Amino acid sequence: MSDLRDLYQEVILDHSKRPRNFHAMPDADRKADGYNPLCGDRETVYLDLEGDRLKDVSFQGAGCAISTASASMMTESVKGKTRAEAEALFDRFHALITGKDGGARNGPELGKLEVFSGVREYPVRVKCATLPWHTLKAALESDGATVSTESEGPQAESGGA
Amino acid sequence: MSTVAVRERASATYDVEAVRPDFPILSLKVYGKPLVYLDNAASAQKPRAVIDAERDVYEHGYANIHRGVHWLSVHATDAYDAAREKARAFLNARDAKEIVFVRGTTEAVNLVAQTYGRAHVGPGDEVLITGLEHHSNIVPWQLLCEEKGATLSVARLTDSGEVNLASFEKLLGPKTKIVSIAHLSNALGTILPIAEIAKRAHARGIPVFVDGAQAAPRMPVDVQALDCDFYAFSSHKIYGPSGVGVLYGKADLLEAMPPYQGGGDMIRSVTFEKTTFNTLPYKFEAGTPNIAGGIAFGAALDYVTRLGLPAIAAHEHDLLTYATQRLSEIPGLTIIGTAREKAGVLSFVLDGVHPHDIGTVLDREGVAIRTGHHCAQPVMDRFGLPATARASFGLYNTRGEVDALVAGVHKVIGMFR
Repeated sequence: MSDLRDLYQEVILDHSKRPRNFHAMPDADRKADGYNPLCGDRETVYLDLEGDRLKDVSFQGAGCAISTASASMMTESVKGKTRAEAEALFDRFHALITGKDGGARNGPELGKLEVFSGVREYPVRVKCATLPWHTLKAALESDGATVSTESEGPQAESGGA
Repeated sequence: MSTVAVRERASATYDVEAVRPDFPILSLKVYGKPLVYLDNAASAQKPRAVIDAERDVYEHGYANIHRGVHWLSVHATDAYDAAREKARAFLNARDAKEIVFVRGTTEAVNLVAQTYGRAHVGPGDEVLITGLEHHSNIVPWQLLCEEKGATLSVARLTDSGEVNLASFEKLLGPKTKIVSIAHLSNALGTILPIAEIAKRAHARGIPVFVDGAQAAPRMPVDVQALDCDFYAFSSHKIYGPSGVGVLYGKADLLEAMPPYQGGGDMIRSVTFEKTTFNTLPYKFEAGTPNIAGGIAFGAALDYVTRLGLPAIAAHEHDLLTYATQRLSEIPGLTIIGTAREKAGVLSFVLDGVHPHDIGTVLDREGVAIRTGHHCAQPVMDRFGLPATARASFGLYNTRGEVDALVAGVHKVIGMFR
């Protein structure tokens, strides 16, 4: 059984309370809105592209500690990377938090993002951690639509009262 | 005070500790901690009597109903129809033919929207709901209005989460064809004055549908006293199995309504040229229903009737009052929904902490609450919130469990502030 501190590590709490790159980017090249209907979280990710490179990344919105920290740390991690590098990082991150990496060390190093490994013990929170990444991906593929976390995993909140 | 009076008062006192052993799941441990189940508005746990009743059907009394000449079918039919009579008595309906078995409250709303609604709502007409409705009392009417070119009007909420009767009355107009409202809000706990609303609607010849999903387990319901035209509730929220529910409708309205789904049991005779429909309530009950679930639902109604809805209501009122007082003492905690008449449901938010994080921390303490929009996104929008945390009480909850909730919230604060 995992301790709550494995999920809410100090680094995560710090980023959730004081998110980095937390601002709108009025002259962004690309932006996308993300929505998680389970918790009502909404995040907007802004991109400043230089050719194929993510020159600057920022976000804004309201979310739970996990999604806010994930967005904050994502912006730090992908800044300066190429589109392909950012997408490879998401794949690796996704494998980490869903526990599907099998301990393999394929792909790019996650670095600080490793603190999200505790999320795998909380399946209902996986979508919180991936929301900013899905939104980043949508911004890169930018068609201006809102992405929803509901394309992933078990249906979280479709009914009940 | 006389000895007799003292004894009477003692017997009137609700003994929650005597009730708890009836619910096997309550002895469960979650993450090594005793389960504190405060998500009753989503679904309630089941007493042994209900679990046994459902198993007993399959072990001793199962066959299809209303069909067979054989002993087992007659036995199952009698048991199923006995459950219908229990539902009639529970709601104090005039006649068991006014009790239609459905899958749940959601299906009941859809049934009325698609039968009564389609027959009576036309282009330019209005369906009137309130700002505190569950999605299941919004979407079926939206679908109808879209199809018919009608308008869905909404009585707005006050800051305390109430519906102002005077402003509600102003929305009742010549175009209003039906009023559909919750008896008790699942997100705010507000009790709506159904009898008053029905009186005002009836003065203009408008029928009233009541979503009783949250109210039926929490307060005595008398459809004749309320004088509502339709009343619906779900078995699973009143300690019965899921997949069963009741639609009550006044007989004359049900008689005049077209059928909902076509199939077996809802017909009297079928030829390729013409079908004549069955009498009430079977006209609305196409296909083989949840037989064992329906019979076990009857056992759930027996169970709550034996404890007494007034006693259950008083017990939950005590828990709500106590929890409101304890949570209000926590700095930075705001209760959402402060209506004068409330029951069973306590929504709150905490400064600087997202409800989802509250839910996760409480979960590790064994405390199960709901976080999110509670299938009432317009309510969340009204209060400018993405979500709330919600504790909702059942007949087996205790003050000690409220204390566990409060201790859990303090742990949340310690972690996130």
